[in-house]
Amino acid sequence: MIEKKPIIFLLLATATILVGTIITMVLPFRWINDPKLAIASVKPYTPLQLEGRDIYIREGCNNCHTQTVRPLLSDTERYGEYSKSGEFVYDQPFLWGSRRNGPDLARIGGKYPDAWHVKHMKDPRSMVPRSNMPAYDFLNRPLDTSLSEKKMKALKFPYSPADIQALQGKTEMDAIIAYMQKVGNDIPWRKTGKAEVLGELKNPFQDNMSVLPEGQKLYAEHCAQCHGIELKGEVGPDLRDMDQPDSKVFATVYSGIAAGGMPAFGDTLGKERTWKVVTYLKSVHKH
Amino acid sequence: MNQQEGYADDIVKGFVIWSMVWGLVAVLVGVFISFQIAFPQLNFPPYLTYGRLRPIHTNAGIFGWGIGSFMAFFIYITQRLTRTSLWSPGLAKVQLWLFNVVIALAAVTLAMGMNRSKEYAELEWPVASLVVVLWVIFAVNIIMTIVKRREEQMYISLWYILATLVGVAVLYLVNNASIPVSLTKSYSAYAGANDANVQWWYGHNAVAMVLTTPPLAIFYYFLPKATGVPIYSHRMGVIAFWSLIFMYLWTGAHHLLWTPVPDWVQTLAMAFSVMLIAPSWAAVFNGYFSMNGQWHQMRENYLVKFLIFGITFYGMQTLQGPSQAVRTFSAFIHYTDWVPGHVHMGTLGWVSLVLFAAIYYTIPRIYHTEIYSVGLANVHFWLVLTGQLIFSITMWIAGVQQAAMLNATNPDGSLHYSFIETMVELYPYWHMRALGGVIYLAGLLVFLYNIYQTIAGAKTQAVAQRA
Repeated sequence: MIEKKPIIFLLLATATILVGTIITMVLPFRWINDPKLAIASVKPYTPLQLEGRDIYIREGCNNCHTQTVRPLLSDTERYGEYSKSGEFVYDQPFLWGSRRNGPDLARIGGKYPDAWHVKHMKDPRSMVPRSNMPAYDFLNRPLDTSLSEKKMKALKFPYSPADIQALQGKTEMDAIIAYMQKVGNDIPWRKTGKAEVLGELKNPFQDNMSVLPEGQKLYAEHCAQCHGIELKGEVGPDLRDMDQPDSKVFATVYSGIAAGGMPAFGDTLGKERTWKVVTYLKSVHKH
Repeated sequence: MNQQEGYADDIVKGFVIWSMVWGLVAVLVGVFISFQIAFPQLNFPPYLTYGRLRPIHTNAGIFGWGIGSFMAFFIYITQRLTRTSLWSPGLAKVQLWLFNVVIALAAVTLAMGMNRSKEYAELEWPVASLVVVLWVIFAVNIIMTIVKRREEQMYISLWYILATLVGVAVLYLVNNASIPVSLTKSYSAYAGANDANVQWWYGHNAVAMVLTTPPLAIFYYFLPKATGVPIYSHRMGVIAFWSLIFMYLWTGAHHLLWTPVPDWVQTLAMAFSVMLIAPSWAAVFNGYFSMNGQWHQMRENYLVKFLIFGITFYGMQTLQGPSQAVRTFSAFIHYTDWVPGHVHMGTLGWVSLVLFAAIYYTIPRIYHTEIYSVGLANVHFWLVLTGQLIFSITMWIAGVQQAAMLNATNPDGSLHYSFIETMVELYPYWHMRALGGVIYLAGLLVFLYNIYQTIAGAKTQAVAQRA
């Protein structure tokens, strides 16, 4: 019997282990790399983005942030279009993570302007009150570029000497922000997945003073990081004395301005709370 | 008597002591990072941030405390079950040195940010290569000892030991395949969804081959030793063994439910995870039925208390795990604090309780003395039990609450809470978790003191005898 033959036992145990291994780990190499799943618009990392990604790995950001949006309402509404296999073909290693102590970052690219990230890395709680993220102010130091070219070669990513030259004078902060802005932004999901505003845009709370406290509270939580608690502007513009009609302000808050770095708040606030913020915004004047 | 048999027990002493040192490091760092989550001011960049310390916590726990003591007990158990002295005590000495060098290097390089980012396979390629050398030395020594054994029949513990030796080797080699850029930097050889699938095949089977089969080998050996009665059913052990090592390898993708990994891989992982309940519970029943007519020992024998609570947590773990591997429940609970709650029931409850029992059993025997204090061992038991339960239960509640908040919607279909609104609600739970960790740490210190006094007592006895 095999309990008397250790070498045969070892071989049998190895064979047993290899069955599931081959079927669920080796075979999928073929399916995952199916050309049908490739996405033409997904591009490899530039030298600066790759350096940023390596800083993300070095600091262990993946211990608190995932990078995969599941096809579930609470994920897609909160973060954006669900993740596709073809979006990750240049990710060595993958950085999907396993725990969300912080939010998922799979769709962070283009969500906030660079200035938002700089402020947030320097002092996370100035942008997100009660956040428990460590401060990464120390990334404001020169980027070590000694391995940059070797890294691009190792991963077989295309680059030009000008790309490597352009790394001169960059900081680690520049690199990690360049990486953040690239993540999840290679497919045009913001345009295709944008929420449609249907029906007449009429403020249901027009001249309704009772919603102002809630509007102010929502403003403090979602808007003040960029526009300042007194609406004087900082990362974003001054919002006092807004002369745009309510419907225009609503559309901006609800759907965002992709080019200007204004995020869309429709998914988090919903229509009713967006109108409350609009009502509050229109009520604030310089004098 | 052991000396007459020629067993290499000095090396067992070395591994037990160093695994306890790294276990203390793992728990100290764990308690510290639990405070960092609750109080972000406790992050001291660049070296002492949560992001860099968490891999040190997991590596010190799994490799330092776990693997370190498995090496000790594999050497201890194998010699006794084969009635043969270790094939090469010299090689084992090299192994002990290399083990400590590797773990120390791991801690330093991880703090410096040299990190492959893949969970439980973070070590950069030069350190990972040393791990491979270490494992080969270890495996050869154990296998050769078994080959030249004087007891023909291999007891079930040896089966689990052999499976561990090949399983870890296959997993580690495949998942650590890297493209080196420099001595301190490499990239994974696989990309994207493929890399994810390889990683969690590794990650979940590290649970199988490091946190399941070795403690089972130890449990099957020390439970009969502690109770004085044989294991209930060898045949049930055999069936459970083959089905366990067959099914485990299919389940890795349950860490990747709802991700871009192919659906059929996820579905297989889900099905096999549920099927795994059977072999897991065969081991639990084997433990329980071995206690027939012996349950009074739960009151009288502190070793039995550690072992039976350990196997009970294994049973809970292997019911909770499969439930989390079901798509619908995973959709709700994955990525929340529920999961660290689950993991720590396995590590602090199952694995560590069994290891504590094994250390309490072996240390007095290899030092030819009695345990310093059974009373302190009981204090230790209740402290670590309380600490672990506070940790796990708090995290389960926190996970359910956050999951419910993340899924809450307004009447118009929009989400009710922003991410940060759900996160700030976790602070009270994180305070409780840190408290649980502190209580566990206190229990661990009592344990270390008890072992220290036992060894110190043995040395004074030996000096007195010589005089």
